[in-house]
Amino acid sequence: MAEPWDDYIDAVGRALGLPIEEAWRPAIRANLDVSLKMAKLVDEFPLPDEAEPASVFTA
Amino acid sequence: MTASAIAAAVATRKLSAKEATEAALSRIAARDGVLNAFTDVTAERARAKAAEIDAAIAAGKSVGPLAGVPFAVKNLFDVEGLPTRAGSKINRDRAPAARDATLIARMEAAGAVLVGALNMGEYAYDFTGENVHDGPSRNPHDPTRMSGGSSGGSGSAVGGGLVPIALGSDTNGSIRVPSSFCGIFGLKPTYGRLSRARSFPFVMSLDHLGPFARSVEDLALAYDAMQGPDPDDAACTTRPAEPVSGLLSQELDGLRIGLAGGHFQTNLFPEAAEAVARVAAALKVTEVIEVPEAARARAAAYVISTTEGASLHLDRLRTRPHDFDPAVRDRLIAGAMIPAPLVDRAQKFRRWYRAKVLELFTSVDVLIAPATPCIAPKLGQATFMLDGVELPVRANIGIHTQPISFIGLPVVAVPIPLEPMPIGVQIIAAPWCEHVALRVAHALQQRGVAAAPAPRGVLENGSRSA
Repeated sequence: MAEPWDDYIDAVGRALGLPIEEAWRPAIRANLDVSLKMAKLVDEFPLPDEAEPASVFTA
Repeated sequence: MTASAIAAAVATRKLSAKEATEAALSRIAARDGVLNAFTDVTAERARAKAAEIDAAIAAGKSVGPLAGVPFAVKNLFDVEGLPTRAGSKINRDRAPAARDATLIARMEAAGAVLVGALNMGEYAYDFTGENVHDGPSRNPHDPTRMSGGSSGGSGSAVGGGLVPIALGSDTNGSIRVPSSFCGIFGLKPTYGRLSRARSFPFVMSLDHLGPFARSVEDLALAYDAMQGPDPDDAACTTRPAEPVSGLLSQELDGLRIGLAGGHFQTNLFPEAAEAVARVAAALKVTEVIEVPEAARARAAAYVISTTEGASLHLDRLRTRPHDFDPAVRDRLIAGAMIPAPLVDRAQKFRRWYRAKVLELFTSVDVLIAPATPCIAPKLGQATFMLDGVELPVRANIGIHTQPISFIGLPVVAVPIPLEPMPIGVQIIAAPWCEHVALRVAHALQQRGVAAAPAPRGVLENGSRSA
């Protein structure tokens, strides 16, 4: 049975031209799971529409 | 000998730069078989530089404040003539660097002598100091333990007494973690304070460079030598150098110091809690200050790191995936798959969090926090037990450093010499106030609370002790 993220990993891998070998898949899946949990913590935090990103570029 | 003592002896002709350099090269030859801190020893270059300094002194010319002081750099700094490997196999195919990194040039302009390049975790994406290509750098107090990453060789070389000063980088904790595990002082300055020109990047939004040393005076000497604007680094400040060496002994009267609460008081082993308690007692600090959303800040730092790292390495992931450390590769591939809006939100959250923490600094000057949740784990250790819960080691080593570097605050990691292994504490100040953190670190050193213990894991003949 395919794991929940397998289709996503395949699709994004194709979109980015990243080779993904089957042997790497469990570790990529585990890392993606952790990274998306971290990203969710950020996503859940309400920010105003006017919030500026903290970039360092200065013209 | 400390860097200050070497420089004073060389300047007054009690010791030659040649002797100081040969002594460092001998220590490296004797001890690095165990520590594996060095990936390159630049003996020929070091001897030429030392001869130049000795000739200048003989000619009556003035020499810099680091005259004859041996130092080494994490191998992500460009060293003229070496390919900048950044802990990787892939980068060894790069052309040799045409020119030294800005910070190496500034250290040498102050009279310091580069003796080599140091082991590090691959592409700095590491908290352990382990490296699949070069082998792990080892802890100088127990070679069966981690040096800490990613500047593991820097921690090992200074902790092991091979050189009095080393340079490293810190994106999420990579100066403060090895400082903690190896029992030495480390300075992660304000983001943008020190030039990163001609060093190999990891996460441009979060990358900092800084020094390691065995005393606060030496840390300040190196830091002062390296300050100043540099148009070759887009993030480097245009503020003029603000030397700190003359300010270290100022009394702490009037400084408002608090203990970072919440996130910084959880997930701690007893050693980390003990180290923070010793610092708090020495400074008579009792007030606990909640840092808002620190756990979320750590999560946002994680997201920015993994995605910017993936972007940096995308072509190498496409063309040479088998030449990466598999653990680094699989993390970076996952990082490449994080949807862009979440990264933008992490950068927006960063600005929100920065504003909240800067508000705290209107009522406090210094925050005290653990540097690592634990003493150095065993090499290869994958998990530890904390409060009855089994947790992964790698993911948790940086939980207390990440929320601080995320917004570029200056931090001195001070070593608390617990037995049998030392552990560090973060002395955190407001942006551009390195001098405040260094004054507090100096006071802790003067009171005997913070000290770099002598290395016990290596003997002069290069064999392991105990």
